[in-house]
Amino acid sequence: MYIGGKFPRTESGRYFTLKNAKGEEIANMCKGSRKDFRNAVVEARKAFEPWSNKTAYNRSQILYRIAEMLEGRKAQFIDELMQMGSTKKQADEEVFTSIDRLIYYAGWADKYQQISSSVNPVSGAFFNFTVLEPTGVVTAIAPEENGLIGLVSVIAPIIVSGNSCIVLASESKALCSVSFAEVINSSDVPGGVINILTGNAEELIPHFSTHMDVNSMLYCGDDKKSIQLIKENSAINLKRIVIKKDIDWMKDEAESPYFITKFTEVKTTWHPIEKIGASGSGY
Amino acid sequence: MSENKINLKSNWDLAPSLESTSHINLKKKYDLFIGGKWVKPSSGKYFDTNNPATEEKLASIANANKKDVDMAVKAARKAYDTTWSKLSGKERGKYIFRIARIIQERAKELAVVETLDGGKPIRESRDIDIPLAANHFFYYAGWADKLEYAFPNRNPKSLGVAGQITPWNFPLLMAAWKIAPALACGNTVVLKPAETTSLTTLLLAEICEQAGLPAGVVNVVTGAGDVGAEIVNHDGIDKIAFTGSTGVGKIIQKAISGTDKKATLELGGKAANIVFEDAPLDQAVEGIINGIFFNQGHVCCAGSRLLVQESVYDVVLRKLKDRMESLIVGNPLDKNTDIGAINSKSQLDTINHYIKLGKEEGAEIYQPEGKLEKKGYWCKPTLFTGVAQSNRIVQEEIFGPVLAIQTFRTIEEAITKANNTPYGLSAGVWTDKGSKIFNVTSQLRAGIVWANTFNKFDPTSPFGGYKESGFGREGGLHGLEAYLEFEN
Repeated sequence: MYIGGKFPRTESGRYFTLKNAKGEEIANMCKGSRKDFRNAVVEARKAFEPWSNKTAYNRSQILYRIAEMLEGRKAQFIDELMQMGSTKKQADEEVFTSIDRLIYYAGWADKYQQISSSVNPVSGAFFNFTVLEPTGVVTAIAPEENGLIGLVSVIAPIIVSGNSCIVLASESKALCSVSFAEVINSSDVPGGVINILTGNAEELIPHFSTHMDVNSMLYCGDDKKSIQLIKENSAINLKRIVIKKDIDWMKDEAESPYFITKFTEVKTTWHPIEKIGASGSGY
Repeated sequence: MSENKINLKSNWDLAPSLESTSHINLKKKYDLFIGGKWVKPSSGKYFDTNNPATEEKLASIANANKKDVDMAVKAARKAYDTTWSKLSGKERGKYIFRIARIIQERAKELAVVETLDGGKPIRESRDIDIPLAANHFFYYAGWADKLEYAFPNRNPKSLGVAGQITPWNFPLLMAAWKIAPALACGNTVVLKPAETTSLTTLLLAEICEQAGLPAGVVNVVTGAGDVGAEIVNHDGIDKIAFTGSTGVGKIIQKAISGTDKKATLELGGKAANIVFEDAPLDQAVEGIINGIFFNQGHVCCAGSRLLVQESVYDVVLRKLKDRMESLIVGNPLDKNTDIGAINSKSQLDTINHYIKLGKEEGAEIYQPEGKLEKKGYWCKPTLFTGVAQSNRIVQEEIFGPVLAIQTFRTIEEAITKANNTPYGLSAGVWTDKGSKIFNVTSQLRAGIVWANTFNKFDPTSPFGGYKESGFGREGGLHGLEAYLEFEN
């Protein structure tokens, strides 16, 4: 697994076995526990402030770097996706779409603010402006159906604005999650900004949704029971919940600046102006 | 007061710290970059580009003419029709990202060439010009597939072929300001750099080749103003982007008046830098220095008029003179250098003309002591005090390290004086009081206002002027608009 920029095994010592389409065993994966998750939250919280304080340009450059590193290792990812049942064509497409999606969000880093913020013409001598800020530590249950594009599609929009995250990778397609963590680890992403766990969603969702130091949670999937549980648990500390269902993660519909702004808070600042115009109005 | 200051004439000379030129590899001769190929000029003529710090020749540059410009416009049109306008925004973006990355990889080389060709201190080309140029390409690369979000419900479309003319003060950076948004919006480009500083733009053409940019998307034709005129007047051009003097800007606007060509003009300036008595004065002095002496004052948005509140005039002037004594004028390749070489002989003549004029107008001049190199074009940092609002050194753009200082008593007086100019590019305001900052910024008729800072640039931040400083914006979301047409 990938926690705080390191690759620890689960403290629980448990594992689960991945099999290919023919039913042959291909790897033993860590079965992450509550304790692993709690450790990851500590790391994510530590990483949040320095990450959110970086310039948008810097975060953009780092996302672009992830894309470059992924491109450099594309053969390995294509191979892994094929081991997990994709055809060569599907695997190619998934890897190239993942690279493009990282570049897409790299581009948004220094732009989403420009289409979301505002200067507000209040009736008074004030400079009043509204900007978006990252919400904090975000947990995410990645889509179960895709190994790589699912991870990329949830991580990029969460971290691009300055959040840190703990992501549970697809259980049945967990093989590329560790390789993708290696890509992240060699792309100037500070440790703790992205934490990737492997394991069972049903077991971990109660922890992902109840932790008091988590600000927001993303769930990708359509399990009604899980969605209801997450919504209920979120009331404990008013987590912002984002549910993504019925999305084809390979298509353009899976990417949008509004996916970024879901994980932000809106801040408005009032600043006096000595006097402005004859009527004393604001900007 | 001055007896307590450090004696800079004692043994305070810094050991030279010269940037190496060994890693640059200039060709002896540069041809035109047209349709993805390096083409000899049809006239067969070349002109020299020189190092203004040594007056030595750096390379021969092709002198384009009407025929070459025509070829370049046709190549740009062909590239527009057959490849570039057919690519998706995502694919366009990837090429632009690649250009950005290669600029970063070749940053040191570009910085050294910029300094050799233009005379600016290596510290500035290394830390400002080149990184900002790369940043511009990164920023606009990201917009290529996101234009619908910038202009919702307006169905943005590219214009076609853009003719672009850049100045000699920030050669590569201005090429980046022009090319990056044009390409991101789906246009192709014919660009002419200023004749004294063509080299980094030609290296950028090489970089376009390295990035695999389709042939004809970017074309570079070199030469003087007559080549620019050929671009402006060519029927195949859909849009003109010009950065340069207000005089030439007016000629261009007139020249295209009978056509449907769109234009953005980024012209001259005479920025007021206003210092209030409640300003952090040491910080303000640094800002004044940076405002006027950055890049030898060859900056259209330079803070060339200082307006100081009367109550702090004496102390500001003393601090300013002290600070000017420590400025190092010399070899642009030396990392200690603050003020490099004046870009050309003719610009040095212009500056010296204004210095003479300032004295004739009765203003009092101050220049720090010290000798200038014999070879090369140099100008000491210069202050004029006791100037009147009507003096030509207050009204006209000098484009050199020459600061005119005036005083004021009230905010109203400062604003009236600041706005009393045909220009309106930039302005500065220094005060610790936030509410006063916004009072002043809201009344200044200028496109960029810096508060408690000066000469800051960023690709996300729109740049451009009011009044005779031109129209249209470069940079930021607003900078896209200049390269698009809309349904409504």
